[in-house]
Amino acid sequence: MFHGYLPMILDGLRITLSVALVSLAVASVFGLMGATAKLSASPVLRAVAGTYTTVIRALPDLLLMLIVFYGGQILLNRFTTAQGWGYVDVNAFAAGTITLGFVFGAYLTETFRGAILAIPRGQAEAGHAIGLTRGQVLRDIVLPQMIRHAIPGFTNNWLVLLKATALVSIIGLDDMVHRASLASAATREPFTFYALIGVIYLGVTTVSILALGALNRRVSRGVRAEAAR
Amino acid sequence: MINWTLVREMLPVFWDGLQMTLILLIASAITGLLLAVPLAVARAARSRWLSWPAFGYTYVIRGTPLLVQLFIIYYGLPQFGLIRNSALWPLLRDPWFCAWLAFTLNTTAYTAEIFAGAIRTTPPGEIEAARAMGLTRAQVFRDVFWPGAWRRALPQYGNEIVQLMHATALASTVTIVEILRVGRDVYTNYLVIPESFGLAALFYLGLTVLLTTMFRLLERHFLRHLDPRASATPAQAEPRKAPLHA
Repeated sequence: MFHGYLPMILDGLRITLSVALVSLAVASVFGLMGATAKLSASPVLRAVAGTYTTVIRALPDLLLMLIVFYGGQILLNRFTTAQGWGYVDVNAFAAGTITLGFVFGAYLTETFRGAILAIPRGQAEAGHAIGLTRGQVLRDIVLPQMIRHAIPGFTNNWLVLLKATALVSIIGLDDMVHRASLASAATREPFTFYALIGVIYLGVTTVSILALGALNRRVSRGVRAEAAR
Repeated sequence: MINWTLVREMLPVFWDGLQMTLILLIASAITGLLLAVPLAVARAARSRWLSWPAFGYTYVIRGTPLLVQLFIIYYGLPQFGLIRNSALWPLLRDPWFCAWLAFTLNTTAYTAEIFAGAIRTTPPGEIEAARAMGLTRAQVFRDVFWPGAWRRALPQYGNEIVQLMHATALASTVTIVEILRVGRDVYTNYLVIPESFGLAALFYLGLTVLLTTMFRLLERHFLRHLDPRASATPAQAEPRKAPLHA
C-alpha cells in the first residue's frame, strides 16, 4: 500500500518528534524567563517581555521561521566572515527548533504567568511563617501548584506546537511532511502519503491528550473536582 | 542600511499581496462562520447521533496540521481519476479554490468548538424564562439563546480570526501570491531581509492591529453590559477602555 516507504515516513516521525520536543524545551525556558520578567518589579524587563509576547503573537509562525532562518544565516555569516572563519551553513534543525521555541515561548509566557498568579499569596506567606526557607517554599509550595495550573495551557500549546512542526519542512528540514512529499513524488500517490502522515499526527495528538490528561489528574489529586477544571 | 528605492519599488507588489491575503481571509471567515453555527449546535446537542459526528470532525481537523490538510486537498485529491474526470476538477485544480476550501474546513472546526462552548454555558434560566413568557422555540433561539452565545463566544472568536489571518500565509506554499509569497520572492531576488520579510511583517502587524481593534469595538458594542463604567451617568462618562471579558 505504501510501496515500501513506510519505514522512511516513520523515520521522519522521529525527526518531527525530536523537533517538537527540543522546541518545547526551548519554549519552556523562554516561557519561564518571560513569565518571570512580566511579574518582575523592573519596568524595563516588563516592557521587554510585553513587546516579545505582543510582536510574536501578531505575526504568522511561518514568517518568523523564515526571518530567523534566513536572517540568522546572514547575521551569522557577517559575523564569521568578519572573524575570518569563512562561510557557515545554518543547520535547519537548529533554525527550526530555535524559531519554534522562541515563538511558543511567547505563548508559554502567558501560560506560566497565569499559573503563578493563580497561586494565592497566602500559600507562600504561610510557608515562610512556619519557618520554611525560600528554596523550600519554591520547591514544595509554589512549583507543584504552578504545574497544576499550567498543565491545561501547556497541553494546548504542545498540541499547537506539534502541528506547527510541519512548517519546518518549508525551510528544508527532512521531517515527516518532507518525507511524505518525497514519497508522493516517487509514487505519484500524494493522497496516500499526506493522508498517512495526517493519521500519524492525529495519533500523536491523541496520545498527548491522554498522557497529559493523566498527568493533570495526578497533579490535581487532592483538589476538588470542581476546582480542578 | 535599508534600500528605500527597493521598498518603494516593491510596495505595489506587497499591496497586491495584501489584497490576496484579505480576500482569502474574508472568504474563508464567512464560509467558516456559516458552517460553524450548525456544527456547533450539533456539537452541543444532547443527541449522540448529532454530537459525536460533529466531535469527530472537529477532532480530526484540530488534530492535524493545516499544512497537511492543504496538501491533501491540493496535491492529494488529483491522485484519483474519479476526481480528475468529475465536474469539480476545474475548481480543484485551482490553488485559490483549494486554499479557500482548506482554510474554511479548518476554521469551521475551531469556530464550532468556540461556539459549542458558548452554547453549553448558556444559563438554563434564560431559556426557561423566555419559554415561560410564551416565546416560541424559534423566538427563543433567535432572540435569547443565540445573542447570548454569540456574546460569550466573541472574544475567542476574535482570536480565531487573527489566527486564520496568520494561517493564510500557508497559501504561499501552493503558489498563491499573498503577502508572505511576495516577501519570499523579494528575498529570493535580492537576498535582503528588511525589504522582504521585514516589510511582510509590517503588513501582518498592521492587519493584526486592525483585526484586534475591530473586535475590541465589537466587544465594546456587544458586551457593554459587562463594562462597569458603561453604567456611569453621562455627566461623569469618560473615555472607556476595553470591556471586561466574560
